[in-house]
Amino acid sequence: MSKSERPSQLFRNLNAKIASIPMIFTALVIFVGGTVWTVFYSFTNSKLLPRLHFVGLDQYYRLWATPRWLISIENLLIYGVLSLVFSLVIGFLLAALLDQKIRFEDTFRTIFLYPFALSFIVTGLVWQWLLNPEFGVQAVVRSLGWTSFSFNPLYDSSIVIYGILIAALWQGTGLIMCLMLAGLRGIDEDIWKAARVDGIPTWKTYLFIIIPMMRPVFITTLVIVASNIVRVYDLVVAQTSGGPGIASEVPAKYVYDYMFFAQNLGQGFAASTMMLLSVIIVIVPWAYLEFGGKKRV
Amino acid sequence: MRYQLMTAALALTTALQFAGPAAATDLEVTHWWTSGGEAAAVAELAKAFDATGNHWVDGAIAGSGGTARPIMISRITGGDPMGATQFNHGRQAEELVQAGLMRDLTDLATKEKWTEIVQPKSLLDGCTLDGKIYCVPVNIHSWQWLWLSNAAFEKAGVPVPKNWNEYVAAAPALEKAGIQPLAVGGQPWQASGAFDVLLAAVGGTDAFLKVYKDKDAEFAAGPEVAKVFKAADDARKMAKNTNVQDWNQATNLVITGKAGGQIMGDWAQGEFQVAGQTAGKDYTCLPGLGLNEMIATGGDAFYFPLLKDPEKSKAQEVLAHTLLDPKTQVAFNLKKGSLPVRGDVDLKAANDCMKKGLEILAKGNVMPWTDQLLSQDTQKQKEDLFSEFFAKQDMTVEDAQKRFAAIVGSAD
Repeated sequence: MSKSERPSQLFRNLNAKIASIPMIFTALVIFVGGTVWTVFYSFTNSKLLPRLHFVGLDQYYRLWATPRWLISIENLLIYGVLSLVFSLVIGFLLAALLDQKIRFEDTFRTIFLYPFALSFIVTGLVWQWLLNPEFGVQAVVRSLGWTSFSFNPLYDSSIVIYGILIAALWQGTGLIMCLMLAGLRGIDEDIWKAARVDGIPTWKTYLFIIIPMMRPVFITTLVIVASNIVRVYDLVVAQTSGGPGIASEVPAKYVYDYMFFAQNLGQGFAASTMMLLSVIIVIVPWAYLEFGGKKRV
Repeated sequence: MRYQLMTAALALTTALQFAGPAAATDLEVTHWWTSGGEAAAVAELAKAFDATGNHWVDGAIAGSGGTARPIMISRITGGDPMGATQFNHGRQAEELVQAGLMRDLTDLATKEKWTEIVQPKSLLDGCTLDGKIYCVPVNIHSWQWLWLSNAAFEKAGVPVPKNWNEYVAAAPALEKAGIQPLAVGGQPWQASGAFDVLLAAVGGTDAFLKVYKDKDAEFAAGPEVAKVFKAADDARKMAKNTNVQDWNQATNLVITGKAGGQIMGDWAQGEFQVAGQTAGKDYTCLPGLGLNEMIATGGDAFYFPLLKDPEKSKAQEVLAHTLLDPKTQVAFNLKKGSLPVRGDVDLKAANDCMKKGLEILAKGNVMPWTDQLLSQDTQKQKEDLFSEFFAKQDMTVEDAQKRFAAIVGSAD
């Protein structure tokens, strides 16, 4: 057997490898390189312009002593957990209802998906107006006669994050519904028939047969929703600008504000490194379970 | 007429630049003057610059300085500088100057004797770094004004207050009449600025300088500043439920008589003017909240990024000259409601409030402001603290003061 019969691994699928060079380059230089650069400079006291004067962990000490950062983290947790749960539950329920072979399904699908066509900025502005006490929902209900009705989330520090959550759900659940619907349509009709023959109630079929079969769809959805949660920024800016006071601040906004408004790159980098760290803490165990598990099969 | 203007302009440009054809050069100027009164004022600058045969390309960025500055800075640091840009003179552009991204105007300044014409002299200090001049101040803006709606006080049946203490005392009457006593918009810098004004007015000039200039954290935690926090507590109670964001919306509440008053810089003046109101008759202004009549020498200035194009660099010099021209100064400042940077211009058309300001200025009662004394980083921390303090009624005064002292202690 001569060596020429077995081509080197390196040159297999050469075309595909050449074609992916730009993306590999982008990923390494821009994503990984940018990340490393950011983490590196978070240990300096860079102000408006990056400079190499190391201060150790000072930026991180300051970050975790800042009330605004702590509020941001708390808001992100509340917003994250609730938006994950609600968008999955509502999205799945809507999809299951649409899957009952109802009339005008196309119309309903369009209506539910429509908000997704709007950017977060537009969504934020629309809901800022809707939730404004002087001409939004509260004013409408009051003008109908319930004069003591009070619904004013955007100007109440303790519940403002829920006002933002409402807008995010309104915008995002349509997409989740569509993904779920596609998953439901992918289930073989025969499975439904078999379940019916066995006399299993519909809700049980959904819960114990259909949902486990839709695992890949759920994972895709989870990734999309989770990435939307961590980077939430524009919605907050459009709806409340972080207010009242600093009650609806989120980490991404802290990063932006300190990098550009406060002209303190070091502090902004430290905050963005913490955001990256939190994502890694969530992603790594999950990825290990998800992708590490397959090899065992 | 137009031809004459052009020739005059041509003569001026050639005189300024010694030689070269005065081809119309487009110069992009970025600024954050977008409210009604401000836009009217900036149009005056554009008109004066266009009359020199060049062309003012307006680069207005909406959303106040906080939004505009990052955009301007990233354009300059990113290698796409504009012809000229507004900043508040002081420390906002400090690092850009240190990095050599801004043009040194010292030669032009010496030639045109800026040190002699700019009044008060401390104004140029804000533009100077290591003995070199980097910006052209165009106006003096002071924060320390209280704007009161005469109609609101009439409706409440109390006389228009003459100082902050009377105003606080009149608050319950205003509230009873269904009027918002004090309007403070939701933008963080408004709450922070209002506190600074209270510090200068209630605490006095010395206290202000001790805190912001000497950065004395112990003093900031002490009883004198506690008095100021007490006043700020009054202010936040009076400002409760102001459901507006932008400063001009808050000013509009005062103009329409829905709110009793607003602590805001003299740029609010332009809004009253656009609304057709007369100082003294429809509204009252109290410099230094009627307690400490001082004028801060903050304000706006134009910086000129270092450009490679010689044509544009020439146009920058023409613009710098135009900005300090007495005629431009008068036209611009009357519309803007701010004070001119030259002592030798005649402001006959100035209204009551501007005259009050000019008088204080003439007496030499000036003090530096936070833009000159504090870094943007410290300013931002202060904004975070006071926007929370004003929005969260259950945050205690003691807690706020403790955090304030910590910020002062770590300030640079």
